[in-house]
Amino acid sequence: MSSDPLDEIRIVFFQECSELLEELEDGLYAMRDGEETDDTVNAVFRAVHSIKGGAGAFGLDLLVSVSHQFETVLDKVRSDQLETTPELIDLFMRCADKLQDLVQSAKNGQDSDASVCDALVAELLRYDAPAAAPVAAAPAASGDEVAFQVAPLDFSFDDEDDTPAASGGWTVTFTPHAELYQRGNDCCHLVGILKDMGAVSVRVETDNSPAWDSLPVETPFMVWTVEMPGDTSEDDIREVFEFVEDDCDLKVERAASDTPAAPQADEFGFTPTQLDLSDDPEDDFVPQKLDLDLDLPADEPTAATPVEASPPAAEPTPPVQVDDKPKAPAAKPAAAEKKTEAKSEAASTIRVDLNRVDRLINLIGELVINQSMLAQGFQSLDAPVSQQLSDGLGDLRQLTRDIQDSVMAIRAQPIKPLFRRMSRIVRETGESTGKQVQLVTEGEATEIDKTIIERLSAPLTHMIRNAVDQGLELPETRLDSGKTEVGTVRLTAVHRSGRVVIEVADDGAGVNRKKVREIAVEKGLVDIDAELSDSEIDNLLFMPGFSTAKAVSNLSGRGVGMDVVKRSIQALGGRVSLESEPGKGSVFTISLPLTLAVMDGMIVRIDDQLMVVSLSEIIETIRPTAAAVHQLTPTQRVILVRGEYVPIIDVGFELGFRPRLEDANNGVILLSETEAGDRSALLLDGIIDQRQVVIKGLEENYGEVPGVAAVTILGDGNIALILDVDGLLRLSEDTRLSDAA
Amino acid sequence: MSLTILAIDDSSTMRRLVQSTLVQSGYAVEVAEDGIDGLEKLDQVKPDLVITDINMPRLDGFGVIEGVRAHPTFNKIPVLTLTTESAAEMKQRARKAGASGWIVKPFDKDKLLMAIKRVCGV
Repeated sequence: MSSDPLDEIRIVFFQECSELLEELEDGLYAMRDGEETDDTVNAVFRAVHSIKGGAGAFGLDLLVSVSHQFETVLDKVRSDQLETTPELIDLFMRCADKLQDLVQSAKNGQDSDASVCDALVAELLRYDAPAAAPVAAAPAASGDEVAFQVAPLDFSFDDEDDTPAASGGWTVTFTPHAELYQRGNDCCHLVGILKDMGAVSVRVETDNSPAWDSLPVETPFMVWTVEMPGDTSEDDIREVFEFVEDDCDLKVERAASDTPAAPQADEFGFTPTQLDLSDDPEDDFVPQKLDLDLDLPADEPTAATPVEASPPAAEPTPPVQVDDKPKAPAAKPAAAEKKTEAKSEAASTIRVDLNRVDRLINLIGELVINQSMLAQGFQSLDAPVSQQLSDGLGDLRQLTRDIQDSVMAIRAQPIKPLFRRMSRIVRETGESTGKQVQLVTEGEATEIDKTIIERLSAPLTHMIRNAVDQGLELPETRLDSGKTEVGTVRLTAVHRSGRVVIEVADDGAGVNRKKVREIAVEKGLVDIDAELSDSEIDNLLFMPGFSTAKAVSNLSGRGVGMDVVKRSIQALGGRVSLESEPGKGSVFTISLPLTLAVMDGMIVRIDDQLMVVSLSEIIETIRPTAAAVHQLTPTQRVILVRGEYVPIIDVGFELGFRPRLEDANNGVILLSETEAGDRSALLLDGIIDQRQVVIKGLEENYGEVPGVAAVTILGDGNIALILDVDGLLRLSEDTRLSDAA
Repeated sequence: MSLTILAIDDSSTMRRLVQSTLVQSGYAVEVAEDGIDGLEKLDQVKPDLVITDINMPRLDGFGVIEGVRAHPTFNKIPVLTLTTESAAEMKQRARKAGASGWIVKPFDKDKLLMAIKRVCGV
């Protein structure tokens, strides 16, 4: 696991990136909607900035170059040099999309298309016009760093000194100002580095020091002179003083050709404690002064009386003064106290490996089963159970349930990120189809199981594309029919009776039922003279192989129709249906379970088998009377429920457990409603009870079994099938059709 | 005795990178998530050196530098800024606030260690 720490950090980086990208998107939305504050823009800037920082560390050059230019333009917005316009926000959003892509491909180790990045960078550069020239050439992060290298070096070099490796060494004369110490720097460390680089001698001159009694504590008086070997590069020497070049007088000069003697170099000590012991005869410093200097190295500064740099003994070439570098204009005061609450909220979360959560969920599932086995075991004891024991069992049941809810809540996540991703789909689809679309989202905070969110991404993407590509009309058409130019796609999520209901609504033209019917007939999906309700026609769209798009556009996917959408939602224990009103638009409704792990089920009996029907699919239970049941054909029966005839599905027969139940009065009817609003009456042999069951998948071992959604283990250890009501409906349709044929 | 370094950065990636690099080189490293967090940790961590990012929520790097310089005990310790802001203006601003030096991201290990050596000696 912990082979290379960098690999581990890489993982952290990608995790962080996804959080940052989310923050970025949130911020951009706020900016788009005019809800931004200074904090929003700062947060957006920081997000891009942090992505760039990490990307640089991992050598992700494309990511660096896009985020760098992105950041530059954001900085202009942040400092009020640039007004945001809808076009700019749009560009920002596309950049955010690109960053997301780049992060994704970097994560997967794929290459990205540099040309798209270049185009984006070029677009960004247009907003960076005034100051663009130098940056534009090299947008990479390292570009400006180079630009900052001490510039005046070259020009101040005198021609007599153009042989770097000349015989003479370097004389470095260095007079610290008080500010050097105020900024936490220390001459001793710098001289120490010079020593490491091969310094031949070090002198400290204290000629300017006042007498010990009148020595101002805060003012440095010493002048350091270090002789460096001639083969050292001047740049290297100056680099040592990079941080302090404005806080000292520095001269780096060629020493006179007579190479300075290298007297007992070893005796020179450069660390503070050693310096004290130095007995170099040339050094006429005042020992006490130095002591003070070393014990309280940081206490020297304030009111720096100018110290005259006494020239060193050697007087060679003209000095190169670094100090003449013009001071950059004073920056704006630090934006010190910016508080955002979000950070402290984030601090109260921990990251947990999903596998651990899932293991816990599995164990809880076992606990639920075990609890119900225990309860059942006591019941079948037939012995008098003490009040204490039965209370205890009741508590256990309640606790188990609470633990289960809490653990499920760990897996639950707000649907917001998924919805946010859809906004990108809307944007891109709108662009490529020439339609103007706005996406409205509601209920982003609705929580749902993480796996469901993940697996919902593909079908939802398809539905959104479909809504824009085929649902909405072109702007001109919309205007002609008295609508606004901009179409609306509305994405909502809401908790409804233990399930999550997601709606994808568009205000487009609605389903062209005449055409749908024609196509369905043409493809042999329905009989030419079949009588179909509006809702039935609409739902033909979900039939395998159906596609109303004249040309298969690359957007809605090749040959992938709504049937695939429907199937993938069903695989999640969900249902999808369509409601459409000509000229006003269509609404796709997806209903999903909150979790994939457990459900409230009704235990029913079919022949001698116990089976489970999800409680959420049952509207009511009916004990049929002879008067209510009507035989239409030998194989088809309906039951009259409050004035409406509902087809009866004999579950035992459809699944092949037994022949048709001739007398429906001997059974029980479960009235169920599909998402399309169709009702069906499931005819069963009896109802046992109602309890929570742990769902165990069947598909992995047996593939898709028509009419069966999954299985569960009952309290007595027996296995029960969980019925798939929609699947049963299809089964009975098939039977009806084959009977009719 | 190894130096204790307080690294302040709002990016967890950067915190881990700096920490891992420095720990490998024998420094003791404590981290903080933003400027406020960093200043609050001064008394507890007692750092010999602070390395801070510039762009952070709540309190930025300039605020950290000012905060360190105003601290009764740690006002003289070196503070390095670690940032992608390599523009001269940023460095001047950091210097003005009292920064001892700077490291430009993305940093390599040698650059980081040399910067520390310049301000701490080891």
